[in-house]
Amino acid sequence: MRHLLSAADLDAPTATALLDTADRLKQALAGREVHKLPTLRGRTIVTMFYENSTRTRASFEVAGKWMSADVINVSAAASAVAKGESLRDTALTLAAMGADCVILRHPASGAAHRLADWIGTESATLRAGLAAHVVNAGDGTHEHPTQALLDAATLRDSLGTLAGRRVTIVGDILHSRVARSGVTLLTTLGARVHLVAPPTLLPTGVRSWPVTVGHDLEAALPESDAVMMLRVQAERMHGGFFPSAREYARDYGLSEARAALLPEHAPVLHPGPMLRGMEISSAVADSPRAVITDQVRNGVHVRMAVLYHLLAGVEEVT
Amino acid sequence: MSPLLLRGVRPYGEGDPVDLLVRDGVIAELGTRVDTAGATVRDCGGLVALPGLVDLHTHLREPGREDAETIATGSAAAALGGFTAVFAMANTDPVADTAVAVEHVRRRGREIGLTDVHPVGAVTVGLAGERLAELGGMARTGVTVFSDDGVCVADPLIMRRALEYSTALGAVIAQHAEDPRLTVGAQAHEGEPASRLGLAGWPATAEESIVARDCMLARAAGARLHVCHVSSAGTVDVLRWAREHGAATVTAEVTPHHLLLTDDRLGTFDPVNKVNPPLRTGPDAAALRAALAAGVLDCVATDHAPHAPQDKDCEWAAARPGMLGLQTALSVVVETMVAPGLLDWRGVARVMSERPADIGGLPDQGRPLAVGEPATLVLVDPDVRWTVRGAAFASLAGNTGFEGMELPARVMTTVLRGRVTADDGKVMW
Repeated sequence: MRHLLSAADLDAPTATALLDTADRLKQALAGREVHKLPTLRGRTIVTMFYENSTRTRASFEVAGKWMSADVINVSAAASAVAKGESLRDTALTLAAMGADCVILRHPASGAAHRLADWIGTESATLRAGLAAHVVNAGDGTHEHPTQALLDAATLRDSLGTLAGRRVTIVGDILHSRVARSGVTLLTTLGARVHLVAPPTLLPTGVRSWPVTVGHDLEAALPESDAVMMLRVQAERMHGGFFPSAREYARDYGLSEARAALLPEHAPVLHPGPMLRGMEISSAVADSPRAVITDQVRNGVHVRMAVLYHLLAGVEEVT
Repeated sequence: MSPLLLRGVRPYGEGDPVDLLVRDGVIAELGTRVDTAGATVRDCGGLVALPGLVDLHTHLREPGREDAETIATGSAAAALGGFTAVFAMANTDPVADTAVAVEHVRRRGREIGLTDVHPVGAVTVGLAGERLAELGGMARTGVTVFSDDGVCVADPLIMRRALEYSTALGAVIAQHAEDPRLTVGAQAHEGEPASRLGLAGWPATAEESIVARDCMLARAAGARLHVCHVSSAGTVDVLRWAREHGAATVTAEVTPHHLLLTDDRLGTFDPVNKVNPPLRTGPDAAALRAALAAGVLDCVATDHAPHAPQDKDCEWAAARPGMLGLQTALSVVVETMVAPGLLDWRGVARVMSERPADIGGLPDQGRPLAVGEPATLVLVDPDVRWTVRGAAFASLAGNTGFEGMELPARVMTTVLRGRVTADDGKVMW
């Protein structure tokens, strides 16, 4: 694995190996007072975040630091970007300084692909023997592969396996990189994915995705082994995608009564940040079946696993 | 200038080779027993002769973005591509929305002299879509085509007035059909690839609904409407219906890239494939080819859109839309239309020379290859295949969507009123 740009970069053996590595790292760190493994000592990881993010950036930073890598954070507001420097120039500059891995969050779909192309083809970096690995930490409405991995890890913890399990994803599929990566990875791992959303928040081509699609949350819940609620961004509420927050919550929100329709074993996931009372009620978010903090914890471990596989040279799974 | 004898050419690719004598800018003789005394003789070995190509839709970027293209480099690209006339779109900086601005473009084109450069005038002041530019003043300088291309004249009342007003000028309004409310933030054709890649959709309905509206407005006004860069099968249906229902004055063009390329190229996120309107589906491209063959689409126009490297070598959403077209247009038409048998060479002459000249109101372009007619023609080698390299083009920019593709047919010689403007890949400055 050269880069992690898309969940489609991961076949089932590779994804499983990453999840297994994350499990082992979790066990290795369990009960330790000092969260520090020497694995990536001397490696430099740069996070480049062109969008506001607290949890994803912190998660990558913690993941790097727990493996003793040097982690440098570049944020768009504080960097040369504010002076008008292009993504290409910023990235090549950082690569030329010797970054081993660039973690990119960007509002443009495909930004991480472009970055990987530039780093892989620019003679200036190749000449210096520098070819940083690129990790997509969310590009526009395209993909967020490490989110998909942490969701898969959390589902594995709850359900044992993903094979044959039915996962229902609810909400703004159209604008969700979490949903795009999730559909791909969960399907790769054998899960059956069902999408529930108002028609205005479903992508045009969704009928050709390897999923089933519906508009009736209550009908879907009893059939679900897990449900994943997506955040509804404030700007969508005013964009005419649905009439009102009240109507959305009434038809697509996970209330206590609706959560009771789920089978006993089914966990509730949310990538955060949550809009309590909108897509999920407070009671459900704080209930035992909500595994939202487990997702955050697993996020660190899967990101450690990704960095380990990319930087410590675990190429193939045998 | 001494007479030029083109020995052994095949007009419209038909019949046995004949000799074509150019004297004083006109075709003086055409046949097998041509008097060669005093003439410069050029052996053409059976090259196909066509009337010089005419492009209704070119962006020459001057004034304003001379780092992407100039009237000089664009004229050179036109000559190499076989074009003897191009219409330079008005979305320059400043916008070509006054008589002074359009006259500057025409004068620069004439000074360079490689191709006839006809300025397109803006429909509205600054392309803002709010009030009509001085169409009459521009028409008096010779402008025959008005367009806000790059943006749509979206306000139906402004569009109605523009169409009505143009009837007194004998001009045509060329519409970039894109409902801006349906394409807010749009990045790519709204279809399966874009939805998978998270690129905001540009639905075909945003084009089709505007074309339907404008056809009705043009019919009611008795005005001439030209639809730029038709991209969807649905628009073809609308045009066919409108013609059958009395909108006889509506014409339409298609670009070479919409004939050949589709949205299955989006996966690389390389903005060289970002155009407006966007590349659509395979069935759309097939419908466009069939419509061009059937005459529902009148002509091919390149939408030649050079962009500086920094405007393409960036994130998809940040990139400007458009690709080069002048030096690949004929080859793409041969690939998509001639090779599959949808058009013969006479058909190529129709869609790339005669119809665009007619729509653009150019009496001396798109003329028959016959004695007494202007010696404005192009010689094409139909048998050669070549590999597209944007860096080798005469344009300052290199943003061709056909990079690396092997295409058929090559423009060998371009002649504008007896003057050779391009020859064997070289510009005759």
